Amino acid sequence: MKVHEYQAKEILRRYGVPTPRGIVVDNPEDARQAAKELGGRVVVKAQIHAGGRGKGGGVKLANNADEAHDITKKMLGMTLVTHQTGPEGRVVRKVLIEQALNIARELYLGITLDRRIGMPTVMASQQGGMEIEEVAARDPKAIHREPIDAVLGIQPFQAKNIALALGLSGDSYKKGVDFAQKLMRAYIDTDASLAEINPLLVTKEGDVLALDCKMNFDDNALFRHKDIVEMRDLHEEDPLEVEASKYSLNYIKLDGNVGCMVNGAGLAMATMDTIKLAGGEPANFLDVGGGASSEQVANAFRIILSDKNVKAILINIFGGIARVDRIAEGVVAASREIGLPVPVVVRLEGTNVELGKEILAKSGLPLITADGMWDAAQKVVAAAKQARPS
Amino acid sequence: MGIWADKNTKVIVQGITGREGTFHAIQCRDYGTNVVGGVTPGKGGTTHEGFAVFNTVRDARDQAGANCSLIFVPPPFAADAVMEAADAGIELIVCITEGIAVNDMIRAHDFLEKANVRHVSEGKKPSRLIGPNCPGIITPGQAKIGIMPGHIHRPGPIGIVSRSGTLTYEAVGQLTNRGIGQSTAVGIGGDPLPGTNFIDCLGAFQLDPQTEAIIMIGEIGGSAEEEAAAFVKKNVTKPVVAFIAGQTAPPGRRMGHAGAIISGGKGTAAEKVAALQAAGIHVVKAPSDLGAKIQEVWKH
Repeated sequence: MKVHEYQAKEILRRYGVPTPRGIVVDNPEDARQAAKELGGRVVVKAQIHAGGRGKGGGVKLANNADEAHDITKKMLGMTLVTHQTGPEGRVVRKVLIEQALNIARELYLGITLDRRIGMPTVMASQQGGMEIEEVAARDPKAIHREPIDAVLGIQPFQAKNIALALGLSGDSYKKGVDFAQKLMRAYIDTDASLAEINPLLVTKEGDVLALDCKMNFDDNALFRHKDIVEMRDLHEEDPLEVEASKYSLNYIKLDGNVGCMVNGAGLAMATMDTIKLAGGEPANFLDVGGGASSEQVANAFRIILSDKNVKAILINIFGGIARVDRIAEGVVAASREIGLPVPVVVRLEGTNVELGKEILAKSGLPLITADGMWDAAQKVVAAAKQARPS
Repeated sequence: MGIWADKNTKVIVQGITGREGTFHAIQCRDYGTNVVGGVTPGKGGTTHEGFAVFNTVRDARDQAGANCSLIFVPPPFAADAVMEAADAGIELIVCITEGIAVNDMIRAHDFLEKANVRHVSEGKKPSRLIGPNCPGIITPGQAKIGIMPGHIHRPGPIGIVSRSGTLTYEAVGQLTNRGIGQSTAVGIGGDPLPGTNFIDCLGAFQLDPQTEAIIMIGEIGGSAEEEAAAFVKKNVTKPVVAFIAGQTAPPGRRMGHAGAIISGGKGTAAEKVAALQAAGIHVVKAPSDLGAKIQEVWKH
């Protein structure tokens, strides 16, 4: 799960991680008031779940409260396009008004799981403000890596290594050590999957603060973090994906025109790959799960068809414990209920497959049956190409 | 034979009185697996669907001789179940549960490692964890320890290791349709921190006299396939056929499995395919080609 910058900073402050003083607002009058409280000179920052906001015009300096008001007025409601939002962009609904600081240096500090060694790993770089992937590609030695034992927590020598790698000295060094320890504690305690401070700011006064902050959380640990769950912003998610999650369907919208419904995540990915190989473009990833009931199939059908780009659908089910005849019944029931506005290719395999095929044949519905994934992919791609452009 | 399980493996089911646990305990028993009971705290001494129920894994080991545990405990408690099994010295722990928090698994792995040091120092066998978020392991004709459909399998010469459940069934189905059986099929699971990885399985298949060729099914995310490729190049002489799912997956999106995500430009299918090919592994573009490819390279 993702949260906004202002929410991530709220979490960090609970762990004593220094951040600039800031107030989140959703109207220009409040922005003026916030700027006054923060001393007049402030930064107005659009709150969307995507990076690259500065280049897209989502981060602006205001010299006084009136400017903060005017900038906020322009920023709220605008569609911000960055390299992470895609061409459709995101609507700005809230802005963070933050005190402007005297910048001496901009550094980078990030924590994420290193899957190879099974340890959360701190990455520190003196090249702040740049994307860490770019730094890694150009100059891998510029990134210091410090793997942390998640059970024991960060050790003092490790925090010192990090502060040294950041090139901090004197008072800032001590503050850097403290910053790294507190950030690591926040990361572990909240079951974060990413905590990225970019840039980590050193002020002319020698203070060390999180100027920007991005935090993601492990969805599987949210059951013990009700406060973080409350921070979820549905505006930032695709409405179809939100709808699908209500029915425990794993759906991800893509740009193609061949819809697909599959049981199992690996088979679902492989089905998308096979569609592409057959010359088509998948419209979505959809895993109906192991115990796909007829109700699930109907819900999945409805969600796939809500995407107006879909010109044909491929249903690919390898029934294991889930019996194919039950799924076939689900497909027939859903087709009767919703109708078949686009061609549907069905490929069934596994437990009770003969019974399943018989149910489809007897239904009288114009379903296209296929043998094997390759046959199915070719048939669905051909059907999508024949469809009239809408 | 099988690499880690056979007809003598004595299986208990942790969470046997739950809906999933009950259903699959019966399915495994019907397949012929030696299921010696189950564990549900507070219900010890009773029987459930003909299975003896124990309060703890230790009781199940001491009283029924269990050396393998199949876990269906809900996600918030599953890591604890893994640790309990490791503490009791269960040799093979198969965790089916999907949705365990990463930090819980880190603790469970840590506990397992320390328990193994203790077991080995006492002259006992260490515990192996398969999963979590996996379909389990099957030695066709001998033991099905998991949720895979048993009837599609046949005993034979092909070892299968995969991060995906249904995609494994797809591969097994193709082999069986061609009259080719399987030595062992292991689903290592779709989580970012699996207990058993590709290398463990590839190493075991290389040593297993029954296995003559190997199918390896990977997917986007992490670098397990790249590490496996390096291992194969150095240590595996049997032919390996591979498929990587997620060639069309967009970056930054989690494709169902917790571990299936391209992040920071890393973990793409293209990188993995290149690494596998460089190691002399036969990579197929579509999963529907797995069966044909095995027939081609295994006969030669």
